[in-house]
Amino acid sequence: MAGSIFQPIPARPSPVKTEGLLPWLRANLFGNWVNSMVTVLIAVALGYAASGFLTWGLVNAVFAPNADQCQAARGSGACWGVIAEKFRVIIFGRYPYEEHWRPEIGTILLLGLLILSCIRRFWKPWLVPAWIGVLFAFFTLMAGGKLGLSEVPSDQWGGLPLTIMLATLSIVFAYPLAILVALGRQSALPAIRSLCVIYVELIRGVPLISVLFMASFMFPLFLPVGKSPDVLLRVLVGITLFSAAYLAEVVRGGLQAIPNGQVESAQSLGLTYWQTQRKIVLPQALAMVVPGIVNSFIAIFKDTSLVTIVSLYELTGALGLALNSEADWRPFKIEGYLFITLIYFVFCFAMSRYSLWIEHQVSRSKTR
Amino acid sequence: MAERAPPRKRAWSWRSQAFRGLIYQIVAVALIAFGVWYLVNSTLANMAARGIQSGFGFLLQPAGFDIGESLIPYDALDPYWKAYAVGVLNTLRVAAVGIIFATLLGTVLGIGRFSGNAIVRGLCYAYVELFRNVPVLLQLLMWYLLFADMLPPITEALSLGGVLFLSKNGLSFPVPVWGPGVGLALLGALAGMVAAWLYRRWAIARFEATGQIRSLFWVPMVIVIAGALLGWIAGGAPSTWNVPRPDGFIMHGGASATPEFLAVLLGLVLYTAAFIAEVVRSGIASVVRGQVEAASSLGLSKDQAMRLVILPQALRVIIPPVTSQYLNLTKNSSLAVAVGYPDVVSIANTSLNQTGRAVECIALIMAVYLTTSLATSAFMNWYNRRAAIKER
Amino acid sequence: MDLVEYCQVRCDYVSLAAFPRSASAYEHKAFRDGQFGRSEPGKQNFNQVETTHMKTNRTKLALAILAAGSALAIATPAQAGKTLDAVKARGELVCGVNTGLAGFSAADSQGKWSGLDVDVCRAIAAAVLGDGNKVKFVPLTAQQRFTALQSGEIDILSRNTTWTLTRDASLGLHFAGVTYYDGQGFMVPVKNKIKSAKQLKGATVCVQSGTTTEKNLTDYSRANNLNVKPIVFEKQEAATGAYFSGRCVAFTTDASGLASIRNKDAKDPKEHTILPELISKEPLGPVVRRGDDEWFAIAKWVLNGLIESEEYGISQDNVDKLKAESKDPVVMRILGTSEDTGKLLGLDKDWMVRALKTVGNYGEMFERNVGPKTSLALPRGANALWNKGGLMYAPPIR
Repeated sequence: MAGSIFQPIPARPSPVKTEGLLPWLRANLFGNWVNSMVTVLIAVALGYAASGFLTWGLVNAVFAPNADQCQAARGSGACWGVIAEKFRVIIFGRYPYEEHWRPEIGTILLLGLLILSCIRRFWKPWLVPAWIGVLFAFFTLMAGGKLGLSEVPSDQWGGLPLTIMLATLSIVFAYPLAILVALGRQSALPAIRSLCVIYVELIRGVPLISVLFMASFMFPLFLPVGKSPDVLLRVLVGITLFSAAYLAEVVRGGLQAIPNGQVESAQSLGLTYWQTQRKIVLPQALAMVVPGIVNSFIAIFKDTSLVTIVSLYELTGALGLALNSEADWRPFKIEGYLFITLIYFVFCFAMSRYSLWIEHQVSRSKTR
Repeated sequence: MAERAPPRKRAWSWRSQAFRGLIYQIVAVALIAFGVWYLVNSTLANMAARGIQSGFGFLLQPAGFDIGESLIPYDALDPYWKAYAVGVLNTLRVAAVGIIFATLLGTVLGIGRFSGNAIVRGLCYAYVELFRNVPVLLQLLMWYLLFADMLPPITEALSLGGVLFLSKNGLSFPVPVWGPGVGLALLGALAGMVAAWLYRRWAIARFEATGQIRSLFWVPMVIVIAGALLGWIAGGAPSTWNVPRPDGFIMHGGASATPEFLAVLLGLVLYTAAFIAEVVRSGIASVVRGQVEAASSLGLSKDQAMRLVILPQALRVIIPPVTSQYLNLTKNSSLAVAVGYPDVVSIANTSLNQTGRAVECIALIMAVYLTTSLATSAFMNWYNRRAAIKER
Repeated sequence: MDLVEYCQVRCDYVSLAAFPRSASAYEHKAFRDGQFGRSEPGKQNFNQVETTHMKTNRTKLALAILAAGSALAIATPAQAGKTLDAVKARGELVCGVNTGLAGFSAADSQGKWSGLDVDVCRAIAAAVLGDGNKVKFVPLTAQQRFTALQSGEIDILSRNTTWTLTRDASLGLHFAGVTYYDGQGFMVPVKNKIKSAKQLKGATVCVQSGTTTEKNLTDYSRANNLNVKPIVFEKQEAATGAYFSGRCVAFTTDASGLASIRNKDAKDPKEHTILPELISKEPLGPVVRRGDDEWFAIAKWVLNGLIESEEYGISQDNVDKLKAESKDPVVMRILGTSEDTGKLLGLDKDWMVRALKTVGNYGEMFERNVGPKTSLALPRGANALWNKGGLMYAPPIR
């Protein structure tokens, strides 16, 4: 023991670096030769596609609203001039040109409140009167006939304001209906339960377009002569009934996730059925299904594009209106489509991000 | 303390929960019944007052209009019900083909989200976000525009070896001339499929008994192909094909997938695939991490682990939402009417205009989709029960 | 997030859901006990809780929804019953027109409507209400038009609608007359060198759904063994769009519609030609609801009056002069200076004077909207007066 000399073993190599750019590249892009090949192939294909798109969309593109230049660039470059030229028709549809400020302000109000309603800090009672006020202002602005505004009949409403209005209103009206139907589907009363089941399954079994056809062609026959409401209102009722069925299923999912102990404790405290639902069950269930509700909203927002089939000129319809009417601009439909695709995408993507964020919030509040 | 249920009140009084429940239900049913009665009554009164004819009798009268594409022989003098049948078949055709492709693409994209390669992951993510955040109607219109606008006219059709043509007429492709030989080949393929299925059963039984692995893909494939070949040779090896031949502004012979069909198909497939990819992704994510680790500790490769361990378990989570995506695809196929594909909505629309019977025609559309939806969900419920975990 | 904060979230969330907020310490406590106390599995059973009084929240909610719904009722539907009284009470004629067919009914960028069909409505409005501008135009697709009329959404349908037996007999309508004698034709690109419809063998043809054209096309195709493939579109824009993009070899609709589309929608009208064959008879005219004979008579006789006025040379410009000076008994009857013809229809004696001042006689309407000097450049042809080789023959006003 005394004679043994301390012999250090050679130092081990430092561990492979696992953080930083290079190791990330190695792990995620060039792990093995198959991976590297896939990376290179996709990168080349992407680069090719991107350069082609950039050449078409930027380098050779015509940005001025000049039909002749566009015609000359056709095939090699995009004609964004068509957007510049037809922008107002695409966004506002057939709304009278000099009154465009009205839908503009109305939509900004509606959107502003929608964004406010998405922020948790503003989930306060004053939101309800705020919604009523904003909707009133919106309709006053759109329809006119009061406060010195000229009257604009609802068949001239169109474009983005109509899209946003249809989506928002149908969700706002469908929401209470959906809660009632969801409660009905959970009810202990067999007749009410089966009525709700029939309603939900019937609506979910048919495409929206058949509901719209019904609203457009059949509603007028249901009611006595002359009692038939405006086509926009009929379509709104159709979309509301349709989205209520889907929303009811979302709410039902939340209701089912509430443990029975909650209801039982409420009952043991002597709360009535409606008190139990209002104070115990719904608050928890609805908080849980906010992401589901936002997803339904996204679906409805996209589905409003269908009303163009029953001749309402919302965003998709307004584009057709803008581009089909003039032979000079008709060849540049694809640019128009890309433009409104971008609008839809921005709205829907933002909402889906919000839905994810709120889902995260809700799940975080559940973990203790 | 002895537990004794409180005596139940049976009194017919407003204080009894049961009584109130009964009253609520009677009121609800009565309200709905009154609403329906009111609507039906006023509809009938309206139609009678204005001399509008009603009833489904028109289904037996000749339709009198042509339909662009049809799976069954159809003539303009055939009755309306046959026109409807053509429409329903067209809807089912695009839905069935769409479901197959959407499932394949969606699964690939969903698995791609777990790829070791960051570019693949990113691409799959970008695809899903892009395609599911744009209305499907807009996508259909864009594809149709692309097909109708960008493709060359028939006179300058893009040709592949003189048999495949891509033009404004769609994709024209050759079909075998129907004869006994073709029939025998099909019969042979069918027999091959039965044989392959028997082989698979045997191979799985062998594997479970002895642990010997046999190919479950290549051997059955060979059996099916051999069956078809045998049938073909037995039928005298017919090799006449009906090849498409462009002639001026029309295409003679062959068969073609019209731009309308292709646009609807492509639009539905790409849109639904994005949703299926999300379902597959969340299904895979739901499989607990321990399963992957256990699989790799058993020496399974990453592919094997995915195929043998993760996917079978994820499938149970995946099936119910994928079913509703299939139903969505079928329902979305009704948008075909916007690009001129003669699906059931388009046919119903035309007959609505010819006969003026709005209520009947829309009821027929709804009935078709409801039946399809209910049938699909019944089948999927059955399958779901089969695939569910058998607890011991 | 702690407990209180979570509670805050969900409590406020409820208030968002249109439920009256009644948050109290009690409620928080109940919630807290429920959420974080022990929860037992078991079947929920409301029967165990007996209450003595009912809450009326449900009623309140229902009322709120109803109120919101009725606040939305922005529509002003046409009234039931006597159409004439309803129109007078409303002070406005509601007229269903095409969503856009140059020369017949089209709105400019200011939303001002013009066209032959539009002028018919203006003439009726002038005769009934005294002002040709008191018309609300409701653009309708081919599918919507009959239901809109049947349901009373519109008072009159003036939307290039073909008069057929089926429509007259089974849809609850009356055709008030013919404003334009038309026929279905084909439009093809010049570069395909098609000279006759008979050359369309096996060709794809774009059609708009909801019209008589689909059936005519099929009949013609069968009769001539052409085997054409129709591609049916929901909207006219889609059908013409597909034709101009080259998807279809031909586009078919009424010849007047073809002229309108060729001149207004084609990039270069010279690239498209209308084939000589007319494959059907398409008498187009205004339509009214069945069951109101007085209104039917007004529509019918305003139209007849416009045609008769052309025959007797009464025009927009000379109507005042003729009213004051003319001694021709027919002219005097039309202008109400001798007999009060309007009284028989439930109108006053100046009914035709106002209609003529607003839109002129039939010939002027034709020349202004679709005639040779307009961009449509349609010849008078079958629409000339009966004594000038055409078919326009109005029963006499006497």
